[in-house]
Amino acid sequence: MALSAEDRALVRALWKKLGSNVGVYATEALERTFLAFPATKTYFSHLDLSPGSAQVRAHGQKVADALSLAVERLDDLPRALSALSHLHACQLRVDPANFPLLGHCLLVTLARHYPGDFSPALQASLDKFLSHVISALASEYR
Amino acid sequence: MVHFTAEEKAAVTSLWSKMNVEETGGEALGRLLVVYPWTQRFFDSFGNLSSPSAILGNPKVKAHGKKVLTSFGDAIKNMDNLKITFAKLSELHCDKLHVDPENFKLLGNVLVCVLAHHFGKEFTPQVQAAYQKVVAGVANALAHKYH
Repeated sequence: MALSAEDRALVRALWKKLGSNVGVYATEALERTFLAFPATKTYFSHLDLSPGSAQVRAHGQKVADALSLAVERLDDLPRALSALSHLHACQLRVDPANFPLLGHCLLVTLARHYPGDFSPALQASLDKFLSHVISALASEYR
Repeated sequence: MVHFTAEEKAAVTSLWSKMNVEETGGEALGRLLVVYPWTQRFFDSFGNLSSPSAILGNPKVKAHGKKVLTSFGDAIKNMDNLKITFAKLSELHCDKLHVDPENFKLLGNVLVCVLAHHFGKEFTPQVQAAYQKVVAGVANALAHKYH
């Protein structure tokens, strides 16, 4: 099911609130993912994963930029994320089962930092948005 | 089998002791029903589930949420023995309730979100990681007797 008007409004409103901090939260989400789901670290053996790592921060910013792009292009996610899907499928070869793990940790991060905003309705809309992003990201795999 | 370090056990029990099980249970179950509406299939007799506020305010949802999370508390007291602790409940969920074990994973993750929402700064990545092990262990234990 496509994102409803309410879903889009809630997600956009939150993203506006996050402002320039999306990178900070994406980085925290990555850190949480590595700790909670250690197998995900197998894709990052080339990075320094120690706490506060500048490389993880840089990667977090990349993830943040992609998510912000997704928020801008909610009506056209498969096309907006097609190149990234291709990258993950053919070059990075990340098993798509991992995408929901990062998605979950992003929800956890936002719940922790924005308790006043993290209503059940926002949680539902965010979860739907992330599942659409994940679908788009997995779309070029085969 | 899941193995918890002393630090993980300490982190889990410490946070649990500060929790209002009744409120958190209702919140977690309510959010499950809102975020994953198909989970409402098990609760046709619960009355009004027509909106997020109806769901979160529904007394049957709150009562059932409390029941579920109280049971979860047994997990916290028996972290090294989850499969045995939940053996009977596993049989019940399979034979009588007919619940797809996938739902246990969904509820586990919603619970983690609720804990993050509630405890904020205290819900560090390390504490989250310990709780992810708990909810995964409980989900596995509840699915263990399925046939």
